[in-house]
Amino acid sequence: MKTIEEINEKIKNGTAVVVTAEEMIGIVEEMGTKKAAQKVDVVTTGTFSPMCSSGAFINFGHSSPPIRMTRVWLNDVMAYAGIAAVDAYIGATELSESQGMAYGGAHVMEDFISGKDIRLYAESYGTDCYPRKSITTTINRDNVNQAFMFNPRNCYQNYYAGTNSTNKTIYTYMGTLLPNFGNVTYCTSGQLSPLLNDPEYRTIGIGTRVFLGGAQGYVAYQGTQHDPGQERMPNGTPVGGAGTLALIGDMKKMSARFVRAAIYEKYGVTLFVGVGIPIPVLDEDMAAKTSVSDKDIFTYIVDKSGATSFSQLVSYHELRSGNVVINGKKVPTAPLSSMKVAREIADILKQQILKGEFLISEPAELLPKTGERLNKLDVRGD
Amino acid sequence: MIDINTIKVSLTFPPSKVTFPLMTKLVRVFELEVNILHADVRLNKTGKLIVELTGETHNIDDALKYIEEMGITCHIFNGTLTWDEEKCVHCGACTSVCPSRALTIGEPDYTLSFDKEKCLVCGLCVKACPLNVMCLAQRE
Repeated sequence: MKTIEEINEKIKNGTAVVVTAEEMIGIVEEMGTKKAAQKVDVVTTGTFSPMCSSGAFINFGHSSPPIRMTRVWLNDVMAYAGIAAVDAYIGATELSESQGMAYGGAHVMEDFISGKDIRLYAESYGTDCYPRKSITTTINRDNVNQAFMFNPRNCYQNYYAGTNSTNKTIYTYMGTLLPNFGNVTYCTSGQLSPLLNDPEYRTIGIGTRVFLGGAQGYVAYQGTQHDPGQERMPNGTPVGGAGTLALIGDMKKMSARFVRAAIYEKYGVTLFVGVGIPIPVLDEDMAAKTSVSDKDIFTYIVDKSGATSFSQLVSYHELRSGNVVINGKKVPTAPLSSMKVAREIADILKQQILKGEFLISEPAELLPKTGERLNKLDVRGD
Repeated sequence: MIDINTIKVSLTFPPSKVTFPLMTKLVRVFELEVNILHADVRLNKTGKLIVELTGETHNIDDALKYIEEMGITCHIFNGTLTWDEEKCVHCGACTSVCPSRALTIGEPDYTLSFDKEKCLVCGLCVKACPLNVMCLAQRE
């Protein structure tokens, strides 16, 4: 048994043993969970995936005379301004009013992080204390007050893989799905993914310090659609979407290498977000949990056309092989989440901890481990 | 001097022509070397073949005329696929639509790999790429 305090002492002394979640698989295989728990202090994870539920709060600063902005556009993308005078929230999936799907909130965020100038246009009805009725200007990373990313739902703990049973190509947030079960797409870093390495949320909770978009950020709360009651395998990993995280971090300190705008054809705009979470190996159970491999993580392949209730259980080991068999036919599989960048993130985080630049935090509160399953939205009108 | 050329073409067969032995004709009559890269042929359905044809230039020209006369639609690929490797995040979305598996991703390092020889220049990856880093350029 180790405490987070003891692990942090080792990090400060430069004696902590830190490995990535993929390295942990081999370590546990070789020496077993008991010895691995004694040897390894921290396991680092990583993911770089499209995460639609992302966005940022920006405070622009006051002009003279001042304006109480009621409607705000950044590079022609509408930001939510129904908060205080010069605060706005730019959401990743909002589309440009002039360019449509070719540009969106995610692009505004990536451009902002890259240090580019962004055109701000805002309107108001004018008040005695805020007489200005419109403003046109440019903002950037250096001239706004705060700019913090606040993503209501990131790091989905597992996700269904997608396929298409119909005879027409469909365009989805799971990519282009070819007719007649022509392909299967999946989206997770699996054995390297944060919440799959702490499947029962023993160490990741509110206040956990994380790598977010190249900067240090925090878990703010359980994410929207957090669903811990999902069906699980004996190793604790869920077989579909389950836990989620709301993340917060200083967007001024982020790097565009780990925050990238993306467009899914005929679907829309989203944001690739890079997240890495360190997991303290407190005991033998955590050593076992962090050694989970793609062979032991499962999901269902589902029909994203909605035409059938097709569902087939499959391991990530099978999905990563390049083919799965559906109805007796070999079907090609493809990832949507970058394993290459996920590994880079897990490795950067490992180096930062080894250098004493990144300490492990004790959560202020753990995430809900049980709960009602998700509500459905009833239709009560036309 | 014999002028030898290689072209890549897509052939679309109307349902009535799907049983027509076009490949045999191309080999026997026009002395072409035929390499089938991709085939989607079912009885009584529109069929699609993507083939590489190698032979003397005048024979290729004659073969293309013959194909058109037979009521088979022929499209010559004269582009080449390029992508901005710096901007690519190696997510793998393009590999999900690549019919010839010219684009692949996997172990050991999950870096996108491109086999130019296998590429059909169909352009499906250009639209499927979420980072918009793929481009079909005209061949010189």
